[in-house]
Order: sequence, then structure tokens, then C-alpha cells
Amino acid sequence: MTRQLNINPSARTLAQSHFRTLRLGTPFQPRIDALAKTNDWYNWAGYRAPHSLWDEELEYFAIRNQAALFDISPMTKYRIEGPDAEAFLNRVTLRDVTKLKARRVHYTAWCDDEGFVLDDGTLFRLSPTRFRLCSQERHLPWLLDSAKGFDVTVEEETEAVAGLALQGPTAFAVLREAGFAGVENLKVFDLADFPHDSSPQGNSQVTISRTGFTGDLGYELFVPSEQALSLWDRLMAAGELRGIRAIGYTALNRARLEAGLIVANSDFVTSEHAIRADRLRMPDEIGLGFMVDLEKGHFNGRRAILEARARRKLRHVLVGLEIEGNIPAEHAIVYYRKSQEVGLISAATWSPMAKRNIAIASLARSFGDTIVDDLWVEIYAMRELQYQKLMKRAKVVPRPFIRLDRRTANPPADF
Amino acid sequence: MMSFDAIVIGGGHNGLVSAAVLAKNGRKVLVLEAADDIGGAARTEAFAPGFRVSSIAHVLNRLHPDVVKALELERHGLDIARGDFVPSVALSKDGPPLILHGAYGEVLTGASSSEQTAWKGLRAQLLRYAGILKPLLARRPPDLGGMSLLETASLGQTALALKRLGKEDMRDFLRVLLMNVADLLDEQLTDDRLKGLLAFDATLGSHLGPRSPTSLLGLYYRLAGETGGAAGAQTLPKGGMGAVISAIRAAAERAGVAIRTSTPVARIIVAKGRAVGVALDSGEEIRAKTIVSAINTATTFFDLVGPREIDTGFVRKVGNIRMKGDAAKLHLALDRPPQFAGVDAADHKGRLVIAPSPDHVEHAFNPSKYGAFSPEPVMEITLPSLADPSLAPDGACVLSAVVQYAPYALRERWSEGKPKFLEAIMTQLETYAPGIGKTVRHAELLTPADIEARYRMPGGHWHHGELQADQMLMSRPVSGWSGYDTPVEGLFLAGAGSHPGGGVSGAPGLNAARRIIAMRG
Repeated sequence: MTRQLNINPSARTLAQSHFRTLRLGTPFQPRIDALAKTNDWYNWAGYRAPHSLWDEELEYFAIRNQAALFDISPMTKYRIEGPDAEAFLNRVTLRDVTKLKARRVHYTAWCDDEGFVLDDGTLFRLSPTRFRLCSQERHLPWLLDSAKGFDVTVEEETEAVAGLALQGPTAFAVLREAGFAGVENLKVFDLADFPHDSSPQGNSQVTISRTGFTGDLGYELFVPSEQALSLWDRLMAAGELRGIRAIGYTALNRARLEAGLIVANSDFVTSEHAIRADRLRMPDEIGLGFMVDLEKGHFNGRRAILEARARRKLRHVLVGLEIEGNIPAEHAIVYYRKSQEVGLISAATWSPMAKRNIAIASLARSFGDTIVDDLWVEIYAMRELQYQKLMKRAKVVPRPFIRLDRRTANPPADF
Repeated sequence: MMSFDAIVIGGGHNGLVSAAVLAKNGRKVLVLEAADDIGGAARTEAFAPGFRVSSIAHVLNRLHPDVVKALELERHGLDIARGDFVPSVALSKDGPPLILHGAYGEVLTGASSSEQTAWKGLRAQLLRYAGILKPLLARRPPDLGGMSLLETASLGQTALALKRLGKEDMRDFLRVLLMNVADLLDEQLTDDRLKGLLAFDATLGSHLGPRSPTSLLGLYYRLAGETGGAAGAQTLPKGGMGAVISAIRAAAERAGVAIRTSTPVARIIVAKGRAVGVALDSGEEIRAKTIVSAINTATTFFDLVGPREIDTGFVRKVGNIRMKGDAAKLHLALDRPPQFAGVDAADHKGRLVIAPSPDHVEHAFNPSKYGAFSPEPVMEITLPSLADPSLAPDGACVLSAVVQYAPYALRERWSEGKPKFLEAIMTQLETYAPGIGKTVRHAELLTPADIEARYRMPGGHWHHGELQADQMLMSRPVSGWSGYDTPVEGLFLAGAGSHPGGGVSGAPGLNAARRIIAMRG
């Protein structure tokens, strides 16, 4: 008995030492570590990810003026495949997957039975019967339980697939220079496979989609983890003369806010994480109501969403705000007539592109919905060890805060 | 083609009750039964030439008085008189039996005078406490989300009844509510035969032993039932349980209910989240505004509706309902009536229980936890042909027994285990009724696997879901959907899988029909 237990002590020791690595590295870690001058890390789904690498201000401008390379490998990825994959995803997610053509991507979200948002993410239709679902949180048990009655397999491929976002005005030129022939044909939300043969294992494919989280011209690239470093090197070499820079999350976060995009568990609390009952959010309450397709057949949360709409039970609204002045109103309270608390700002920044002080806020309806005047935010500006309380006027404005023609221009601009 | 307002899937007693109540309310109702006869697990069936028996349910002890009244069952041939009450006989290997006469032991014989006094106290207490739970175990469970004035008022009645117990009694009620039955019996009784009988009754039909926490609830469930106005009373209906079904059927047909047998439903047609009809195995489609499923909950949603039409969380809940039966049913065709040692002729017409002590029941339960049957099973036996000779040829006798424990998922599989289990049962019977083995003309043993196949009850569980604290009241069949309506608009549940549970009560069927009427469904 004892002998049996000790049959492979080294493997056991190895299995027990997982706690020694508190934050995993991604397949790109050797390259990122080499560039990390600031050593400013955060935890992204268990991975060590950079807040910044050398200068968050310049990293932001790399997105808007050059080409920025951002490691998205920690994003949770599921491979969903089978004859019923389309029907399965139609039942799980809000949008009509039958309208998503092969080799296309759409942004979607999914709900629990009560119609509360479990997460948002992007759905890649790699072929008629094969999909990749990317999200912030992990959902394997939910997806597997949802698969009952469908001829479909669901597998997590977060570790197996490495991902990079290449964003910025020279992004297309970098890819063309790197030799991805035909990448100019990709329109926004298109995807295609390209050969990537510089790997020691021989030929492999890289999947490139014209997608991103910046509101700029940009692409996302996925390869098997083993090919991660060779892909990185290929892009870095091709981008040298076009200002390619690796960036961290702080810069990306600023860009995504300008683009008006929301982040799960930052701008809203996902339903499996929410502890307090009033933190749960329906799609209509976080600006995702447009995804809800009541004509497509049954999907999770349909009944609850219909009922909430019919009985006017939607209590919150997510809005874009423009705030006077130039002090970011991060996590400021929103007031009506300077006195009544009506909501909270979840993300705020001075937008260098829009030259406006912008924010995303969650407000209690009807504020932000029908009552949009006389809204104020209270900003605590720390000035040499004293808070200066600023009451600034806020205006509800449409998102995105910036619109860049180059994001959608066809063919994409060369540099 | 005839059109219907409501289609009831499943012609078991709950389906028929539902159909009859809806029809009496003015709806045109169609009942669809998959088998060639209605009645579900409450039929009277032939199992050997000349021998007939109540197929699964064989003792009538909880047919709800509201069902009797609403369907005017007495006018349709149901006849229950106080004189029909049969005793419960706790058999003993090494001495005379102990007998509970009248309604669950109004009179106790065969026990010492001190035990009789103790029983009088315990019985009164059990009935008092079961009385508190009785309305909860009959009505629709309170809707925690949004209670109507009527629901709040009736819940208040229960609180008031609790208050009326007085301080001490109320505390004791709350103390013992979730206890195991063995500990409570040990507090108050000394006679193993009596304790064994009560331990058996508390765990009958569930995957619990007497020492399992909450096993006392099973006894309350039994005592919350009544017959002929007396709580805990039991009868063996003349003509078998099928006679009760005949009365319900007569009431239903009188109200205009149409019944089609041998008509399995292939699926429930759902359009835009609403049930709009059924498709039969034959391909025929029948539309109706209201679909009532009086069959198993899991079958309803997984096979007929399909997981695609319901939310993942609900699929999880339904998939988690525990419904693996642990009881078998034995039918013996005997050449002549058996003689159970020490039991007089009159008491042979009662319910004979082999459960010598709580420990014996617990020992019988233990192997079932690990997928093995009891080597010394416990059982309740009736000899229905003694009171109703029409059930057997002249001079011959029918024995009907519920035998525990017989786990649905037998590790060695029932195809292997069944003959061995039958042998264990016969050995046990031989001990209490010497010579019975030689008189067996034909034996039919229905394991949970057989019950599942024959009566379309997944898991072969006669409650269509374990009747334990976590699967009762607001959590039956699943939490959030205990009110007979379902996430699929226009689809209602009316079977034993819904509150309050199984047994020939008609309560789920009645409650479902009332809910449909209240919702104008």
C-alpha cells in the first residue's frame, strides 16, 4: 500500500507545487518579461499580466499612432464544435447565431435563468460547425450543463491557444509586412486562417480576425501556444519601422473606454459573482438590450427578460457621460440636482482623442433614461494631501465617445 | 376534429383528478394515456391466471377528502366506511404480534400496559404535529416570491395552529420536526415490535433508514393522510386500487373528459416559450391552450419538452431531482391463504408488517446505500383476496407486499440480482408464515427497474422523486417552481413529482387543476 502511494514521488511533488507559482505566465511571457521595465503586474484570470510595460501614457499613444501589441492569452476560450453547435450557442447566448456567418465574429452575452448577465464575450465562427467563445469569466460547467440535448462538444482551450491583439493605425501594414498575404481582404468582424511556417514543428495556422477592444484599426491573432513566440517575433520584426510596441492593460483600458466598450466585473457585476441581490444586471440594464433576439427561439433568460420588460422591472441603465473639466471622475457618485444620489461611475478618463472628460456610469432608472438633465458628479481631487471636492456637471452622451474611420475603412490604410 | 381546451398527459390517478376538476369547471379536456389502460401505478391487474392485485399502491390511506368531495366519488362508486379500516400488524418471530387497531392504533393490543400508555401519548403527539403540517402538505406551497392575500392568510392559520399548541408543545414540535424516527421512538417507547413498525412506516418508499436524519417526516406524511375522516386510517379497497380509479374515471367521464389509452405522447409542442399542443407517437398533433403533464417531471422536461426549450439552470434543477426507487413490489399467487404465526383470522385481512425492530430496518437499509439489496428485507404484506374473493380463484389467495430495500441502481444489476432477492424475501416470509413457500403457484417481483419500465416511472420511484425535506414543499419538484406552473407558459405539472408527493391522494392533481383555474390557464 505504502509502496503504491510512493510509486511516482516526483510527479506527485510536481502536482503539489502548483501553489508556488501564484500567477501563471502566458506563452508570451519570456518576451513580455524582457520588455517589462515598470514591473507593474496584475492578475488576469490567474495569469501575470502587465498594467504597463514602460510608460502607460506612451503605450496608449502607441495604440492611437502606431501599432500596439497586447497579450490576450489569459482570456477564457472555449472550443464548441458539432452538428448542433449553432443551435447550442443560440440557446446559450442572446444574439441570433444563425445570422453569424462562417468566418465571422460577433460580440454577444449570455444570461442565467433569471435573465441576469453571466458574462459578455466574442463568438468566433471558425466554420459552420466550429466556434470559439471568448470571455472574461470561466463557464465550463454552465456550458456543459447547457449541452444536454445537443450534439455538441465543449472544451476549454484557454491554455492551448495563445492570443495577441495588434491594434493601431499601422496594424494592417505590420501584418502585410509580416507576410500575411490577403489580410487586406478582412473587413471588420471577418476572420481567416493564414500560414505561419516559421515554427520548429513545421507548418501551422494563425487565425486572424479584424477585431479588437480599442475602437481603432486592429486585429486579433490566435495560434497554438507552441507557436506563440515565433508569432511574436514575426510581428515585432515586421513592425519595427512602423512603431510596434508591446503594451499593458492601463493603456488598453483607456482606449476601450474611448470606444465605449464595457468590461465584465468592472462596469457591471456578473451574476455568478454578485453577492448582493441588487447588483445583478439584465442585458437592458447594461446597454446590451440590442443583443436580445426574441424571434430566434428559446434562449437562457428569455422568459425572465420578457417579463422584466413587460412589467417594467428594469431598474438600472448604463450610460456614457461627458463631464465638465478635465479631472477623471473614476468611481465618482452621480447626483441629480447636486443632492440626490442616482448612480456610480465605473470607468472614467480624460480622452486624448475626443478631448473630453468621459465616463461610463450605472444609474438608477429613470435617471439616465428619461431624466437626463441636471446630473452632477462629485469628484474628490487629491491636491497635496487634501481632497478638493468638485461638483461637476455631467451630460448623458451616446457611446462610442470616438469614431475612427480607419477602424472600418476598406481596404485598411497602409503606412 | 374535436378540439380541446386542455390536454392531460398521463392517465394515472392525479391526471384523472386534474382532468375531472378542469372539466367540471367547464373546460373540454382530453386525457392521453400511453398504456392500454388508465390508472398508472394504481391499477388492479392480473398477474397470474385468475389472480388480480393492486399493481403498486395497495393500501388506501391518503385519498384527499377534497378530491372525494370535488369529484363526488361516493356517487361514483367509492365506498369507504369506518368498518373497512384494517389494522396494522407488527409480526414477531418469537412471540405474538402487536396490533394497531382502528385509525393508526386507536387501540393497541399485544403490548404491555405501560407501553399502551406510552403509545397513547406518542400517537396523540404524532397526530397533533401531523395536524399542523397537514394543511401545508395538502395545499399549493406558499409562493415565497409574491404571496397572495389568501396564501398569506392560510400560512397565518398554520402559524396560529402552531401557537395554539402552547409553548412547550410548540418547542417540542420544532425540536423533533427534522429528527430521525429511531431517536424519537427510543425517547418514548420500549417495545421493539412497535418501534420497528413505526420505523418501517416512516421510511416506507424512501431512501432513508430510521436513523437517517429527517426520517420522522415520512411518518408525518403518512399521518397527514386520512381515510373516512380519520387520520392515519387505512383500507384495502374492494376490487383493488383499480376500483378507486374506476370511481375517478366515472367522475371524469361524467364531467365530459375524453380519455384515449394506448396513446403515447412523443413531445409537447412549444412555440415562442408557450406549450401549444402535443405530438403523439403516431405523428398526430393535437392543440390545446393548456397542457397538463401528470407524468414524471424529468420525463416531461427532458423527453417531451426537450432541454432546448428551457433554461440551463432549470435543466440542472430537474436533473438533480433524486428519484431512484428503493422499494420492490411482490405479488404471490398462493394455493391457499397463508398462516402468519400468532395472527388471528381477522387480522390476516390487515396490513402485516415484517420489521422486528428499528435496528432491523436500519440493517436492511445499510446495503442499499452501496447498491446491494437487503439480505433480510423488511416488508408490508396484504392478503386482499381474503376480504375480496373476486381477486383469486376459489380457495386460493393473493399476497401483495411492498419490500425494502431494493435499490434501483443495483450494483450487480437486477437481471442478476432479482432471483436472489426473491429468494431472500421468500426466506423471510417462510420464517413468519411457515409453509408459505410450498403454496406459491406464481410469483411476480417488480424491482424498481421493472416498475420504471412498466409504469414509465424513471428510477421506479412511486413518489416520482424522493420525499425528503429538501424535495418537499417549495422545493418540489424544484425550487422556484413548486406551484404547478412551469417556465413553459401553458404547461402545468400535476403528478406525484409535484407537491405534496406520491401515494393515492389526488392532491397534486387537484392542486394543479385549481392553479390552472386560478390562472385562467
